[in-house]
Amino acid sequence: MATVLTINGETKSFDAPPDMPLLWVLRDILGMTGTKFGCGIAQCGACTVHVDGKAVRSCVLPVSAVENRAVTTIEAVGSTPAGAKVQKAWLEAEVIQCGYCQSGQIMSAAALLAATPNPDDSDIDAAMAGNICRCGTYVRIREAIKQAANGRQS
Amino acid sequence: MNAHHSISRRAALTGGLAAGFLLAFHLPLRAAVNEPVQPRDTTDGKFAPNAFIRIDETGHTVLIMPQVEMGQGTYTSISAVLAEELDADWSKVEVQHAPPDDKLYGNPTFGLQVTGNSNSIRAWWLPLRKAGATARAMLVQAAAAEWGVDPASCTAAKGEVAHAASGRRLAYGTLALAAQAQTPPKDAALKDPRDFVLIGQPLKRLDTPDKVNGKAIYGIDAILPGMKFATVAACPVFGGKVGKVDDRAAVKLPGVRKVVVLEDMVAVIGDHMWAAKKGLEALEIEWDEGPNAEITTKDVWDDLRKASRKDGAVAKSDGDIAKALAGGDKFEAVYELPFLAHASMEPINATVHVKPDSCEIWTGTQIMTRVQSEAAKAAGLPIDKVIVNNHLLGGGFGRKLEPDMVVAAVKIAKQVDYPVKVVWTREEDIQHDVYRPVYRDEITASLVDGKVAGWKYKVAGSAVLARWLPPAFQKGIDIDAIDAAVDAPYDFANFHVEYVRAEPLSVPTGFWRGVGPNNNVFAVECAMDELARKAGKDPIAFRKSMLTKNPRMLAVLDQVAEKSGWGQPLPPRVGRGVCVQPSFASFIATVVEAEIDDIGEITLRRITSVVDTGIAVNPDTVKAQIEGGLIFGLTAALYGEITIDKGRVQQSNFHDYRMMRINETPKIEVIVVKSGEAPGGIGEAGVNAGPPALRNAIYAATGVALRRLPIDRKLLAAGKKA
Repeated sequence: MATVLTINGETKSFDAPPDMPLLWVLRDILGMTGTKFGCGIAQCGACTVHVDGKAVRSCVLPVSAVENRAVTTIEAVGSTPAGAKVQKAWLEAEVIQCGYCQSGQIMSAAALLAATPNPDDSDIDAAMAGNICRCGTYVRIREAIKQAANGRQS
Repeated sequence: MNAHHSISRRAALTGGLAAGFLLAFHLPLRAAVNEPVQPRDTTDGKFAPNAFIRIDETGHTVLIMPQVEMGQGTYTSISAVLAEELDADWSKVEVQHAPPDDKLYGNPTFGLQVTGNSNSIRAWWLPLRKAGATARAMLVQAAAAEWGVDPASCTAAKGEVAHAASGRRLAYGTLALAAQAQTPPKDAALKDPRDFVLIGQPLKRLDTPDKVNGKAIYGIDAILPGMKFATVAACPVFGGKVGKVDDRAAVKLPGVRKVVVLEDMVAVIGDHMWAAKKGLEALEIEWDEGPNAEITTKDVWDDLRKASRKDGAVAKSDGDIAKALAGGDKFEAVYELPFLAHASMEPINATVHVKPDSCEIWTGTQIMTRVQSEAAKAAGLPIDKVIVNNHLLGGGFGRKLEPDMVVAAVKIAKQVDYPVKVVWTREEDIQHDVYRPVYRDEITASLVDGKVAGWKYKVAGSAVLARWLPPAFQKGIDIDAIDAAVDAPYDFANFHVEYVRAEPLSVPTGFWRGVGPNNNVFAVECAMDELARKAGKDPIAFRKSMLTKNPRMLAVLDQVAEKSGWGQPLPPRVGRGVCVQPSFASFIATVVEAEIDDIGEITLRRITSVVDTGIAVNPDTVKAQIEGGLIFGLTAALYGEITIDKGRVQQSNFHDYRMMRINETPKIEVIVVKSGEAPGGIGEAGVNAGPPALRNAIYAATGVALRRLPIDRKLLAAGKKA
């Protein structure tokens, strides 16, 4: 029986085992490769997507758990107000190096700003500590989140 | 004659293009892979003066990158160097990955198409400036011919040639065809650095806009029609083989297509990674573990310590070291560094399609031509039948200087007639790495009148270079392992460096970001702090007294002392530590400020780094590389250690091979010194600065002189003394 999901506002229908993590559905069945595989055990955050606006790790999220929920990925996060501000701030602060973890970083930051428009350092730590960046862009991630938040107020 | 010259030149460069498709990384790979090969005898209206520059009739300027982008910003910096001398319109620049071709794209330092050793800009600085200047001269010649004026009376800027006397202008795109017919000048003049308009500017990176929206394509993102997915389990014991495989349960699982048994690895191919993973879990594999099945970390260290007792090959010896060490106040210390995994965020992967007469590869590698030649061997095909499509790398750090993952993927793909994407799990990635070697560094020194009078430094460890580039391993000396040992920045009148090659039991070793200097800088800077204390001197004052012949180092050290607040009072159990470092032809001084609580836990409070890297092609990239490099190195100092038990790596994923996270990251201030010197290397320098600076901060805060990494918190609890 086909699984039906709403991803980035579009209805997608496909065959997948119910326990298959959303990450592999996105990448290997739907060809949406912006969401990244990093660890497979929810330790690094590279696979972060939004489910009903909340940041979740898609590598351990069975696809059956997100039926009838709204899934947003990096490919469409720019159409949300917080996501667009985060993307802009990321480029202005020149956060990115290799960029592989940054889909997940941006998804976590966008969810943070949508829920907490003016995060302080401890809010940022709490929301972003689940996302590893091996290139070590953390200083600029912090700066960019603050820039994005300030941009929001103006 | 001109035309003939042009045609042969075109043929040479399109021959290179034909060897592999040039993939614009802003295009999704799946659209680009079906682009037709450019015909050999035409440039399709493009100005193509050399292997690096293509300008079409619209002025669209494609720059082809001989080095690979793995986060270090080299695509933007290399483009700036080319575009500077070309006087290109920066807004029209697009970057493409180069195909494998040592002749066209081989790194001038190595003679191989390799990205490593922080040398992209150092190696290409002059060749690419010349390539840009030559192309610019041809465009100017074409405009001058069109106008009937002396080329010397024309100028170029932002993609246009101008003739000031007549007020005429022609865009590069308009000139493309005519420029292609020009004879290239032998010695096109290079710009005076004072006239640089792109080099030295913090230009926005060309690769990052597609990295905020999921469009950037890494090797792991390759998608091909009919492609299947595979994941692997290699023998957990180094050197072991596959014994028996019972795949009866696995092949019954939905989505599992095939089980492939190689000599030392088993792969399951499925409809997606999940099916492949489930299939792999369902296999019953009996390993033939071989002779290494009982090896432990202790065995490795016992063996290295024993090997290091013997005299090494002498790498450098100035003055009379025996006499110098016989007098003065004697100091001896041994520093030991652990195995480290690379753990790039993009796990190891390669996508391969083997056909009867060809093999095509999609991956992200630091070593294009070696991947091509090794894949050819594995496929049993001539090299020219192997196409390698490179991609953006989700981190490299030296792991992707190896072709092993591609060779394995070719062997798997040979078993089927469809393309296979082979992705290693994080566990396989960490447990089947080539590891930063264990090193044992012994420093013996003597102090006379508060200065170092004799300095003997023996490095013992793996010779990665002897495996990786055998001709570079001469007279028993691995020039990488002792790189920053022989280049110590201080005036040591009696100075002796030797090297003992000691390959660790069973564990494969490889280059790891920071390479050789990451053991040397640690040992030298730890010893200098201990010697300063022995001499009763401030660590910075002590170093300065021996840097009198090294003005660039002295300048960055003075500046870091000022910017870091060196000498200002600190609370109890808070310390500042310094690191002075001459790696990759850059001069860097770093101060880490850290707090050590009563149970030995460490909080980084502040980091200040001053860097003189000569001409900073992109000062913002230099800053970013130091910031990130520091975190990479500090991660290793705080957490990094791969241990071995029963011949197996004990760590497997980020829960037990820990990384620094944002909540542990302090404020980092990086100051880039203005300089007119030739550019130095920067991609790895920060890595080497972090560990000794932190260790010296801990020494200042607690009095405990740590001599091993990673940092052992148990030694740092309140009341402990070294």
